[in-house]
Amino acid sequence: MYRYDEFDQALVEQRVSEFRDQVRRRLAGELTEDEFKILRLMNGVYLQLHAYMLRAAIPYGTLSSDQMRGLARVAQRYDRGYGHFTTRQNIQFNWIKLEEMPDTLADLASVGLHAMQTSGNCVRNITTDQWAGVAADEFEDPRIWAEILRQHSTLHPEFSFLPRKFKVAISAAAHDRAAVKVHDIGLRMVRDGAGEVGFEVIVGGGLGRTPFIGKTIKPFLHKRDFLSYIEAILRVYNQHGRRDNIYKARIKILVHELGAEKFAAEVENEWRAIKNGALALDPAVIAAVAARFSYPNYERLSDNPSALARARSEDRAFAAWFDSAVSNHRQPGYAIVTLSLKPIGGPPGDATAAQMDAIADLADRFSFGEIRVGHEQNLVLPHVAQRDLVELWQQLQMHELATPNVGLVSDIIACPGLDYCSLANARSIPVAQELTRRFRDPALARSIGRLHINISGCINACGHHHIGHIGILGVEKNGEEFYQITLGGRADEDAKLGTLLGPAVRYGEIADVIEDVVEAYVALRQRPEELFVDTVKRLGVEPFKERVYAAR
Amino acid sequence: MTSPHEQKKRKINGSVVVTANRLGDGAVVYRTADDHWTTDLAAAAVVAAPAAAALLARAEADGVRAVGPYIAPVELAPGDRVLPGNLRERIRLDGPTFALPGVV
Amino acid sequence: MPLVKSGQIVEDRFVRVADGASAPDGIAVIVGGARFLAEAEVLLQRSAPIGVVWPNDRSVGALAPYLDRVALVALMFPSFRDGRGYSQARLLRERHGFRGELRATGQVLRDQFLFLLRAGFDSFEVAKDADAAAFAVSTRRFDVFYQPSGDGRATVFRQRLDRIGWGAQAR
Ligand code: SF4
Repeated sequence: MYRYDEFDQALVEQRVSEFRDQVRRRLAGELTEDEFKILRLMNGVYLQLHAYMLRAAIPYGTLSSDQMRGLARVAQRYDRGYGHFTTRQNIQFNWIKLEEMPDTLADLASVGLHAMQTSGNCVRNITTDQWAGVAADEFEDPRIWAEILRQHSTLHPEFSFLPRKFKVAISAAAHDRAAVKVHDIGLRMVRDGAGEVGFEVIVGGGLGRTPFIGKTIKPFLHKRDFLSYIEAILRVYNQHGRRDNIYKARIKILVHELGAEKFAAEVENEWRAIKNGALALDPAVIAAVAARFSYPNYERLSDNPSALARARSEDRAFAAWFDSAVSNHRQPGYAIVTLSLKPIGGPPGDATAAQMDAIADLADRFSFGEIRVGHEQNLVLPHVAQRDLVELWQQLQMHELATPNVGLVSDIIACPGLDYCSLANARSIPVAQELTRRFRDPALARSIGRLHINISGCINACGHHHIGHIGILGVEKNGEEFYQITLGGRADEDAKLGTLLGPAVRYGEIADVIEDVVEAYVALRQRPEELFVDTVKRLGVEPFKERVYAAR
Repeated sequence: MTSPHEQKKRKINGSVVVTANRLGDGAVVYRTADDHWTTDLAAAAVVAAPAAAALLARAEADGVRAVGPYIAPVELAPGDRVLPGNLRERIRLDGPTFALPGVV
Repeated sequence: MPLVKSGQIVEDRFVRVADGASAPDGIAVIVGGARFLAEAEVLLQRSAPIGVVWPNDRSVGALAPYLDRVALVALMFPSFRDGRGYSQARLLRERHGFRGELRATGQVLRDQFLFLLRAGFDSFEVAKDADAAAFAVSTRRFDVFYQPSGDGRATVFRQRLDRIGWGAQAR
């Protein structure tokens, strides 16, 4: 993981002191809410229905155990004892007082964490593959690039007041776990004909009100040009992105209105003027950032130790957890372990301070002190020796972190929705909770197979409903909560937006309808291995629609 | 169910209150008849929709103690009890509709 | 509106001249961008300095041919969340080599001063008196900068290399 050097640390502390002054001015009435809002958002502070919410960044989803303890402390000291891990490698605290916000940020800074640019119309927290550095199919660690870009985009003198928010994702593996095609800029590390590693640059993807899959505007970008090319994209966007209509202000609309080719030409033009300037990346600069990343000192172990094999064959509960939560590590004898934050009946993605502390301790014991935050509102222990898996599992169970549902139907992604969010049309969390109860039987869930349900409480799509295999979107009709359902979305390298199933249904019906959809799939699939998305792809939504709505 | 902004636009009939979030901690507050803010809905000034504009205007002028004031519907229950007029307002008053993590 | 220049609150030596009005010779004036382009040759004949207030939705490239004879360019911030002026400023300074006074005008608050300075502005028409007075404090809050932006400050990336003696090699 990356450790701040004295420059990084100084900047974060200076930022906290600046914000302390901004908060003071607001509380003293020297700043209006309109003025202050922009300033607080750039420090991750929202005003929700009941309280202020703080969104802190977990850059590229990597946390040390000490940082996790720092989060637990914040939850305990300033919040109500829990936090919510989001789909964008952030954590949200829901109950922090504005008056205490500067102290909260200072506490975070003391463990090398910050909330800079987690909101506002600027470059947001840069996300990567949650398995970066350990995935078997990766050829370079994308976090080094995310960190270079994090630094470059922090308090950028030109791009802190963009037309709209700006999200960048970087993936360096064959299988895209960072959803690069639905970001403002998606960067996919690729190898060119000569064997050199560089970036495919994709722009203009995004979800929200007008979802788009991003377009490739540069098939291969050399590493030295990484910053200059991104600077060129941002400069074109900053000047030409629409500012007359908040719903048309994202770069995807500019790319769409200009056409990807014309947009690419504009960028190319701008880039040519700056590519050989101060932004050209020297290998020594890259090396200096890379040097701050530390990697575990693995033992030499072999795969599948006999105790593990025995536990898998003898203990069905362990086997079920193993099958859902454990993934291949590129280091022999190690495994990547996902910690489900989706207990049956619980709010998705929430962890209590006690759980955070426990996870920190387990990370110290079993994962070289390192924790990851994924995109599915779960946590990951990235370097667990396979011989420790049984013991780890036992420990996780004691803290309700071993629900064997990772990647299955009850591993639901849900935004905060109307229970917290001032923009919501409808609740998300209780819908997710009810669905986890419907599918609580692990055998049933396993027989259904991999199925992602995503729920958003409004069109802003924080729950990424468009790319859920089943997407649920809260809408409002005559003051009542209704839900639209889409099927067949996906976020991987075949990224696709879901197709609307039919008329929206009421709050009281949504869980029944989703159960019917899943039953329809079980009846319609060709064989048990055919995944839900593949059945939808093969048949379209019509047969689902017939079965689901016929009964109503 | 709708953003405060839309609520402002939407015609609200019947009884209403003016509500906002307290600046220092974000708590939900209601405007009182003597131009203060209270966290107690029962102590809020309940007015008929047409009279709400004046109450709101005074609340808006008070930009330091509370943020984002708007008009919200209430229901009057027997015994003159004041209840939030829709789900959104109910959640603002009572908190999330499920048990919070860590709370037993 | 107080004017801050070189870190001090100063008297504005320029006078704004409305589009229809004549530009008196002998005093420094600021005219609108469209008028400037239409009457550039005449305006540049005057003996006193000329400034141009340039809209934020028009490329500054159009000013390029005149920049060595223009004393001031004022860029607009109709709202402080509208950041187009930052790109214009950097292009004027870093691409077109403008060396005259670069002024930020509109909704300019203390919280933008440092961004503006780094983008190349050197004078500020500040919306609030208290902000103008706080100029020095607000621009000294940070001494760590990641981006090279033409204001000459050392970036963190550079400082790291200098520290480990790679500076020469990295240039
Ligand atoms: S999708 Fe809508 S309701 Fe959900 S968190 Fe985002 S803005 Fe709020």
